[in-house]
Amino acid sequence: MAQKVLMKGNEALAEAAIQAGCRHFFGYPITPQTEVAAYMSKRMPKIGGTYLQAESELAAINMVQGAAAAGVRAMTSSSSPGISLKSEGISYMCGSDLPALIINVQRGGPGLGGIQPSQSDYWQATKAPGHGDLHVLVFAPNSVQEMVDLVSRAFDKADEYRMPAMILADGMLGQMMEPVELEISDEPKPLPKKPWAVCGHNNERKHNVINSLYLQAQDLEELVVARFERYKLIEEKEPMVEEYLVDDAEYIVVAYGASARIAKAAVRQAREEGLKVGLIRPITLWPFPKKALQKAAAHTKAFLCVEMSMGQMVDDVRLAVECKVPVSFFGRTGGIIPTPAEVIEEIHKLTGGNQ
Amino acid sequence: MAVIYKRPHALQDVPTHYCPGCTHGIIHRLVAECLDELGVEGKTVGVAPVGCAVMAYDYFGCDVIEAPHGRAPAVATGIKRALPQNVVFTYQGDGDLAAIGTAETVHAATRGENITIIFVNNAIYGMTGGQMAPTSLPGQVTQTTPYGRDVHTAGYPVRVCEMLSTLDGVAYAERVSVDCVKNVNRAKKAIKKAFETQIAGKGFTIVEVISACPTNWGLSPNEALDWLRENMIPYYPLGVYKDKTAEEVAGNA
Repeated sequence: MAQKVLMKGNEALAEAAIQAGCRHFFGYPITPQTEVAAYMSKRMPKIGGTYLQAESELAAINMVQGAAAAGVRAMTSSSSPGISLKSEGISYMCGSDLPALIINVQRGGPGLGGIQPSQSDYWQATKAPGHGDLHVLVFAPNSVQEMVDLVSRAFDKADEYRMPAMILADGMLGQMMEPVELEISDEPKPLPKKPWAVCGHNNERKHNVINSLYLQAQDLEELVVARFERYKLIEEKEPMVEEYLVDDAEYIVVAYGASARIAKAAVRQAREEGLKVGLIRPITLWPFPKKALQKAAAHTKAFLCVEMSMGQMVDDVRLAVECKVPVSFFGRTGGIIPTPAEVIEEIHKLTGGNQ
Repeated sequence: MAVIYKRPHALQDVPTHYCPGCTHGIIHRLVAECLDELGVEGKTVGVAPVGCAVMAYDYFGCDVIEAPHGRAPAVATGIKRALPQNVVFTYQGDGDLAAIGTAETVHAATRGENITIIFVNNAIYGMTGGQMAPTSLPGQVTQTTPYGRDVHTAGYPVRVCEMLSTLDGVAYAERVSVDCVKNVNRAKKAIKKAFETQIAGKGFTIVEVISACPTNWGLSPNEALDWLRENMIPYYPLGVYKDKTAEEVAGNA
């Protein structure tokens, strides 16, 4: 039975993964996600699971690859610089059609950057999480409760489409505590069968091979094209979005994750001022909820994209509305969190001031 | 008519891509024979490397995954932790294991990861066409050491068995060669023992196989075996570097 508990975002991510049937966690310490690993190191030995602190992010993602190939639900978590190291394994898993969960509790970058919250890995997560023609599913929660809900969905969708899924969180969501409804059980959940797994053929079937090497260009093209057919289906079926006061909105703020919470406060204040402002919050960043933006563009004078970066998702907003409506941007970066007052000021710029 | 020699069941009935005189074929066969004799093909998962043996997934009859360059021990770790009752082995070359994958090798070893590594050391990068390997000998001419490996700028070869034998997690480490019938028989015994040690749950096992690469050494197959005996074996002495099973027997006595 579900219970209401007060949990830190990172710990909630970890427990949610356990409830989703994950019993194999491979990690490496990095701020601000380390509580995920610490929580797993406490829980996994008590429920017969694996917690393994790898020698590097690179090793951790490849351990995830091995465990995923063996047919279990496996995951790793890291923060921005660590995700760059994992990009090798992410690409191989995409090329080998392996499902797994990768968590990125983003911090400021580039380079070693900082340890404060950031959303500057949007491009990396949605455009190029690894080399090659590929995508991963990207979920962007904006609360501890949504982290819990999306972890389970991410595992399910990763299995359904045989591809890696990523939770793109940030240091603010990872570090904050909120009440969550969560079922905490030690019983393993029944999981989907994986007839493609390399788990020993028991002399009952032909050997399974998991591989991403295709030396014949035609073979590789065929496979990638087939994978993109699957991606097309995902783009049709899987976008998730929250729309807040959008129906009559003349101006719409677009924001995801932690910055969407701030944007929402600003939108509420704008409404109190009598301004017709709404919020569109993409919950999946890939697939990007283009349709919701296209629909809103029909009655909207302008969009304002708010991010904790120099402006990355704003590209996708412009592409979605095909530049039919002006899209402006406001962001803070380097670990600075924008304030509702700053967002209101930007809204005033768009609407022509406080009426 | 009695059959005295046949393809091992754990080896697929397909032609391999290996060059004439390459010893990978012998080593594949030894691994397959061991899987047959131990009756474990059905519960074995192999991990193929990047390098000449990248397509080992087409040759072994057990389930196989192809790992990123150097990451085979990490991939094998993930498999073994998910399937502790199965047999898991990696098959890696010298560039894969002792250069790009050194961290994964050393840490799988020191964790005592209960896997078996078949390490093929031919002192050169074969697949990319003959560049210096971490195990290329001092003075050895390769495409990227055209004046011979100068240890002042390119450093010294890595002796993997010696290095790994210092780690407590290693249960069994032996260096063998496949240059002659006697050594091939010894190599098979070592590979079988490594698998048996894994099956007994005793920890990390590695068999380093000194191997010939006539194509990239620029020698005929026979000359390559002579070069191996004259140059490689003196630098990489054959023998058992670590054997916890023997220590336990001695301890009990």
